[in-house]
Amino acid sequence: MSQNREAAISRRLPIASLAAIGLGLMLTAGTSQAASETEKMELSHAAIIGATCMGCHGFRGMGSGEIPRLAGVAKEVTAGKLLEYKSGALEGTVMNRIAKGYTDDEIQAVAEFFANQ
Amino acid sequence: MSLSRRGFLKLSMAMAGVGAATGLAGCQDSNSMADAKRVVVIGGGFGGATAAKYVKLFDPSVDVTMIDGQSSHTTCPFSNLVIGGLKDIDEITHDFSALEKRGINVVKGWVTGIDAEARTVTLKDGSRYEYDRLVVSPGIDFNYDAIEGYSEEVANTKMPHAWQAGEQTLLLRKQLEDMEDGGTFIMAAPPNPFRCPPGPYERAGLIANYFKENKPNSKILILDPKTNFSKEPLFREGWTANYGNMIEWIGGDFGGGVESVDPDTMTVVAGGTEYQGDVINVIPPQKAGWIAHEAGLVDDSGWCPINTGTYESTMHAGVHVVGDACIGSPLPKSGFAANSQAKNCAAAIVAMFHNENPPEPSWVNTCYSLVAPDYGISVAAVYAVEDGKTVSVEGAGGVSPLGGKNAEKEAGYAHDWYASITEDIWGS
Repeated sequence: MSQNREAAISRRLPIASLAAIGLGLMLTAGTSQAASETEKMELSHAAIIGATCMGCHGFRGMGSGEIPRLAGVAKEVTAGKLLEYKSGALEGTVMNRIAKGYTDDEIQAVAEFFANQ
Repeated sequence: MSLSRRGFLKLSMAMAGVGAATGLAGCQDSNSMADAKRVVVIGGGFGGATAAKYVKLFDPSVDVTMIDGQSSHTTCPFSNLVIGGLKDIDEITHDFSALEKRGINVVKGWVTGIDAEARTVTLKDGSRYEYDRLVVSPGIDFNYDAIEGYSEEVANTKMPHAWQAGEQTLLLRKQLEDMEDGGTFIMAAPPNPFRCPPGPYERAGLIANYFKENKPNSKILILDPKTNFSKEPLFREGWTANYGNMIEWIGGDFGGGVESVDPDTMTVVAGGTEYQGDVINVIPPQKAGWIAHEAGLVDDSGWCPINTGTYESTMHAGVHVVGDACIGSPLPKSGFAANSQAKNCAAAIVAMFHNENPPEPSWVNTCYSLVAPDYGISVAAVYAVEDGKTVSVEGAGGVSPLGGKNAEKEAGYAHDWYASITEDIWGS
């Protein structure tokens, strides 16, 4: 992994390398959720479902305004809500229409995916 | 699935001849990089930028290059808010710096050719990029010839389409600002299939909102070759609730299809009737972006046929097409769909590099439209693969309820959605 990162940096112009060093400092300082060239997302059906949720819930499920954060939320909480949206026990705006598109297993899997973000 | 399976096997055989990547740290010789898998992405919009980011996310060792003619992307979603005077164009323009920070090689340039045999992309300046997998996400182009008197020049000067956000978005905004109270705004809506099915009708509402507040005696006329349109009952209800009878829609059954335009007299002819407008927005019939035609990726429909889930072209192996340019139905030609497609495509590409079967695909589309600044409506669907075909999952999806009970909430969600998806693509 680190070899690839170094290789990637080595191909860039010096100014880009400086930017990358600056990024490293930002990460060290913990001031930002800045991008990393080695940041990885699992390759799975749950990740694909999760990635499509991010179209509204933000990258890695960070949430935005009134659209709730999913990242780091306990699996039971997310799965519970999705199952309630699916059954109609919980009334939302768009989520009833969306939750009905998934099997219960898919709901459990995507809830776990976001719990781990 | 048989075609994509065959493509997969073919790739596996091709990869058998390629050795495993070895330590390349500090190596300056580009030839020595041949072992790293290379993905080139054409286009930095919803489809292209998402594909570039997610290939890198699913496998950081892949060498990803994204080529776009601009150094930033101005989104079509929310460009109706610029036209309606609710947002500045800078607020819907996103640069590529976050993608560069992820290690994606961002190149500004015009792609002039794709050699699918040699697996190379050539730019206008003569530079060439080799790839193992190519993602083409060029968006749309226009059939100007379909409307007599219309042309790219007329679109750039007198009757903008403003259907690719940018200069024409600002031109249309300026024309509306310059229009006198009591004037008529005419929109020629496009036939199916076209980018953003609810877009023309959202635009009409947000222009009506501008008129209501600033030029209340003005009128909006939509001339449409279609006999119905996306979220029609919701738009009609919202238009009446917010603007009374300011917006008139003439559909294809009643001669709504625009046949010709005359920019000198500012008239359009539809169904044999001539209409005079003060501001005229002509959104012509559409086709896949230019490079898709140039590279032989389109079929007779003018759009790009692809394999289910992988988005690999059925015309050229090793080339994937996502976004508005591909035949992605039942997903609509929307930014949200392009984002969803590109994630599935990226996963498939990385899986192929690793000689694995791609994860089972899954898609969502959620399109919010603002009828008025505080009045939003939505359509949503979930898609899955059944019997080798992409289908809309039965029992899921649909539109907002009539009656406007969620309209204010959904207007808020529209803004939150925009913040989320643009962050997902061009942000962190």
